Parts: sequence; structure tokens; C-alpha cells
Amino acid sequence: MTVRVQSAPFDFGAEANAFAQGRRDAGAIVTFTGIVRDLATGDLSRMMIEHYPGMTERALEQIEADARARWDLRDCLIIHRHGDLEPGDMIMMVATASPHRADAFAAAEFLMDYLKSRAPFWKKELTAEGAQWVDSKPDDEAALSRWADDG
Amino acid sequence: MIDVLYFAWVRERIGLPKERIETGAATVAELVEELKAREDRYAAAFADLDALRVAVDQDLADFDAPLDGVRELAFFPPMTGG
Repeated sequence: MTVRVQSAPFDFGAEANAFAQGRRDAGAIVTFTGIVRDLATGDLSRMMIEHYPGMTERALEQIEADARARWDLRDCLIIHRHGDLEPGDMIMMVATASPHRADAFAAAEFLMDYLKSRAPFWKKELTAEGAQWVDSKPDDEAALSRWADDG
Repeated sequence: MIDVLYFAWVRERIGLPKERIETGAATVAELVEELKAREDRYAAAFADLDALRVAVDQDLADFDAPLDGVRELAFFPPMTGG
């Protein structure tokens, strides 16, 4: 179980390989990577990600513990960056390892849904026109409700 | 004394990331009312509580959460991680 919150870039390939390396207990590994997407207008110059040191790690560890309680997971990895990013940069990744593919996929989706709206990160987009905080989307909250019934 | 932290546009509107507050408020909501009465910048930041979230000692909480024994409080907009 690993949770890392960092400003430095991470090497997705190296992280995924290290996560999978030598594993005999899990037949399925799922990874997800989030990338800073440019605006439809193509003029995003930077994205700043603010977070709440202390609570961030605590929230991510709780989300990971919740996932482990629901699915048969042998390991989890969450890396989330903060600070100054550019379009195309990797913001975050999750990886899950399970004996079963369905559990690995579901747990990865669960981690993503929860860390979008329950981990204390805030995105700010900078363009030539100025800076704008990204609003949360009703869809993000709705995504959590699908996990409510069977847990 | 409670450490009160502000993040994202709440921090920008209030103009500081953190302050120590001496309060007799029994709940988060009461403290918010105290702050709103204090200065316009607080009134502006706390104008719409539906647009805000609160964490009590680093756990998400409701605005009616009690402040007894609380050391750290944080106000921020809905989170946008991932």
C-alpha cells in the first residue's frame, strides 16, 4: 500500500513495472494515469494544483483502506502531484493488484471516483486571460453514488 | 485557540492561508457567523455555504459539527482532484 503526494514528476512506466515486478499473488494489475488536458480553446498555459498537506495523505489512505475492504486487493498505489503543471503532464496515477481482473478494475475506478471529490486537491487553470479555479462537476458527485448501494 | 486554514478561492478571498482564532463558538456554523460579522472579506468568502466544505481536524465534517476540543479547522471549495 503506497500513497505518495509530490510536486516532482513521476515515471509512469517505472512505477507500473515496479508495482508489477515479482508478483505471484495477483493475476491482474490495472493502472490509470491522469494527464493535464488542454482547454477546448487550446490556450491552457499552466495548471496549478493546491492541496492540504496532512489531510491529503490521510484522505488518500482512507480511500485506499475503503477499497481494500471492498475488493480482494493484494496491493494499491496512489501517486498525486501538486504544484505547477503544464498540458500533457501526468497529474496522478493509481494501480491496483488483485487475483481477479474484475476486482482490479472496479477498485481502480473506485479510487479515481473518490480521489476526485474526497481528497483535498484544487485545480487552477492559467490562460492568457487570467487564472480560474476549476469548479467541481455534479457528475463527480454522482459518480460516488454508484458505490453507495453495494457497500 | 483553533488553527483555521483556508484553501483555493477561500484563501484568496480572505487573503491569508491560516490564522489562529480565539472563539467561544460552539459549532463550525457559529464560528462562521462570528467571522462574517468581523469583516467584509469573510462575509464574501462565506456568503454561500453550499459552495463550501469544512474539515474538522483533517476529516470532512458538517457545518453543525461541534468545536469542543477541535485543534484545526479548514474551509475550502468542493475538491477537484484526480
